[in-house]
Amino acid sequence: MSAEMHQQIAEFIAQKILRQPKRVINPADALISSGLIDSFSLVDLALFVEDTFGVRIADSELNANAFDSIEQLANLIASKK
Amino acid sequence: MTTFTSVLRDFYEREPDRVSITLQHPNQPDFHISYRELIERSNDYAAEYARMGVKPGDVVILILQHGKDLVYSFWGAVLLGAIPSMMPFLTEKLSPERYRADLAALFSHSHPTGVVTYPEFETDMKALVADHEGSCHVFIADRIPLQEKVDFASLPGAQAKEDEVVLLQHSSGSTGLQKGVALSHRAIFNHLNSYGASINLTRDDVIVSWLPLYHDMGLIACFLLPILRGVPVVQMSPFDWVRAPYRMLRAISDYHGTLTWVPNFAYNFCAQKIRDRDLEGLDLSSWRASINTSEPVRFKSHEMFFERFKGFGLRFETLQTSYGMAENVFAATQNDLSKLPYVEDVDRESFTTDRVARPAYGGRPAIQMMSCGQPIPETVIRIVDDKGHDLPERHIGEIVLKSTCMLNEYYNRPDLTKKAFLPGGWYMSGDYGYQFNGEIFVAGRKKDMLIVGGKNVYPQDLETLACEVPGVHPGRTVAFGMFNETQGTEEVVIIAEVDSNDEAEHERISDEIRKHVTKNSAIAVRYVRVVGPKWVLKTSSGKVARTANKEKFMKELEANQ
Repeated sequence: MSAEMHQQIAEFIAQKILRQPKRVINPADALISSGLIDSFSLVDLALFVEDTFGVRIADSELNANAFDSIEQLANLIASKK
Repeated sequence: MTTFTSVLRDFYEREPDRVSITLQHPNQPDFHISYRELIERSNDYAAEYARMGVKPGDVVILILQHGKDLVYSFWGAVLLGAIPSMMPFLTEKLSPERYRADLAALFSHSHPTGVVTYPEFETDMKALVADHEGSCHVFIADRIPLQEKVDFASLPGAQAKEDEVVLLQHSSGSTGLQKGVALSHRAIFNHLNSYGASINLTRDDVIVSWLPLYHDMGLIACFLLPILRGVPVVQMSPFDWVRAPYRMLRAISDYHGTLTWVPNFAYNFCAQKIRDRDLEGLDLSSWRASINTSEPVRFKSHEMFFERFKGFGLRFETLQTSYGMAENVFAATQNDLSKLPYVEDVDRESFTTDRVARPAYGGRPAIQMMSCGQPIPETVIRIVDDKGHDLPERHIGEIVLKSTCMLNEYYNRPDLTKKAFLPGGWYMSGDYGYQFNGEIFVAGRKKDMLIVGGKNVYPQDLETLACEVPGVHPGRTVAFGMFNETQGTEEVVIIAEVDSNDEAEHERISDEIRKHVTKNSAIAVRYVRVVGPKWVLKTSSGKVARTANKEKFMKELEANQ
C-alpha cells in the first residue's frame, strides 16, 4: 500500500467521519467491526474512495467481511485498479 | 367485529392469491408473499407457540431482521391471540451484555412467554432467558414445523375482542424498552380509517419502505396499513438501504410506487449520497406522496431532494409532512396532499425568548418553519401551557391530543400511563408546538429525548453506556443532540469526564466510548469528547444539566473553528 493512499484515507476518516482531525488511524485498526465507522458513514467512505482513486466499490462490499481496516481497503482498491 | 384475524380471514377466503407483501433482498429475486402463504406460514408459528405453552394474551418478543420470518412470526402471534413485540436488531453480532440489559428492561413489564430469534443466537438467548422468572421458550426461526391446514374456527385470535391489546411497540434502549405502547385492534382500525382518509388511500396505491418494523412509522404505515387494507407494499432492509440508498428510488420506479414515509435525514442522505450511475432510467412519476415524519421536518431538505431528483419525474408536491407518535398509533397530523406544506419564517428572538412564533420582519434573524399539516380526522389537538391551559395561536406550548386511536396503556405500567395524561384524557406528547390557521408546527421537545435519523434515543441510555467504559467518571457523562443542517438530523454528542488531563489518554478513551456505544445501541455517535476533571456541569441537586453542558460544548466548538 502506498503511504500516500493510507494517509488520504486516514485523513478522510478522521476529519469527515470521526470529526477528530488530529486522530491517528493505523493501517491495521479495525474500522467497521469495532464500531469506529457507523453504517451511515460507510457510503461516504465509498464515495470518497471512488472519487479519489477512480475505482468502483459495490454496496455489497460495504461491510467488515470485504474490508475492516485501511490496509484491507487499500488492497481492495489495488485489486480493482 | 373487526380484528386483525377477522381481516386476514376475509383475505384468505376471498383473495388468497393476492400479494400481501414483497420483500427485497440484495442479489436475490424479489420475494412475493400471497395472503394464502402469509396466513398458512403464520399459522405454523401460531401452532408452535401454542405447543410450547404460549397462551392468548401472552407477549412474544421477536428479535429478527427484515425478512419472511419476521413477517410470519408476527402474524403467528396475532392468530394465536398473543401480543407480538419487535425488538430492535443490532447490526453486528449480539452483544450479550446489551441483550441482557435490554431483555431485563423488556421482561420487567411484559413477562414474555416466547422469544423468536435465529439459530446463531440460540445459546446466548437461552442463557439470557434463563435469568428471568417465569417460563419463556426460545423459538428458532428455521425450526417451525409446517401445519396441515388453517382452521380459523379453532384459532384463539379469531375470538379476540376489539378493545384487547394486539401489539406492543417500544422505543429502543433500556429506557424505551421499559415502556411498551399497548395498542388495541380498535385503536389501530380507527387509525387506519382516519389516516387512510387523510391520505386518500386506495388499493391502487403501492407503498415502498426501507423502515425498520420495530418503529411505528415502519410498523403501522408500511406493514399493518398495507396488509390490513390490501395495499401492495415493497419492503427492503434498513441495513441494505443505508449502504445503497438508491434502492428505495429503484423500487419506486420498478413497482410504480405511490407512497413512502421517511424521516427528514433520508432526504439529505439520498440527495448527497446517490451516484448518477445508480439513477439511470429511473422513473419517479408514479410517486404521489413521500411523507416526512418522525423527526423535525425541514423545508431545506425537501428543496435539496427535489433539486437532485426532479429530472427523474419527481414532483415537488410529492414531498409532504406529518407529525405523529406511537401513542396515537402513528400519525396525529397530515398535510393535505393536494397542497404544498405551509412554510414560514418566524422571528428568532421571539421564538426563543418569548416563545411566540411571530412572522419574521425587517430583516431580523429568522427561523424557517414547515407545517406538519392538520390534525387527522378524529384526533383533536390543543397547545397548552404548563398548567394545561389553552394558548392562543402562534404561542408555543406543549402539544396535547385526544383521539379515537389512543394507546390502551403503557403495558403493565399504570404509573407511566397516569402520568402521560391531563385530566379529561388529553395525552401529553412531550413535544412543543404552535398552531396557526389550523396548521400544526412542531417546535422542539419538552421530554429529554433525541431523534437521530428518525429513531428515538434516550440520552440517559447513552450516558449509561459511556459510563461503562473504564476510566470514565461514573455519573459524569452527558449525551445530547445537535442539529446538523447538512445532514438534516440531530447528531449525537457524548461528553465524558475522566481523571486525567492527558490528551493521548483522552483519545484512547474516546475511541472506547465510540465503539462501546455504537456496538450496544446501533446509534451513530458523531462527537465523543473526553474532558478533564470538573468539566461537566451539574445542577444544584447533583443531576447532569444537559442543556447547560450542550451550551458549553457548542461555545468551545465555535471557539475552535
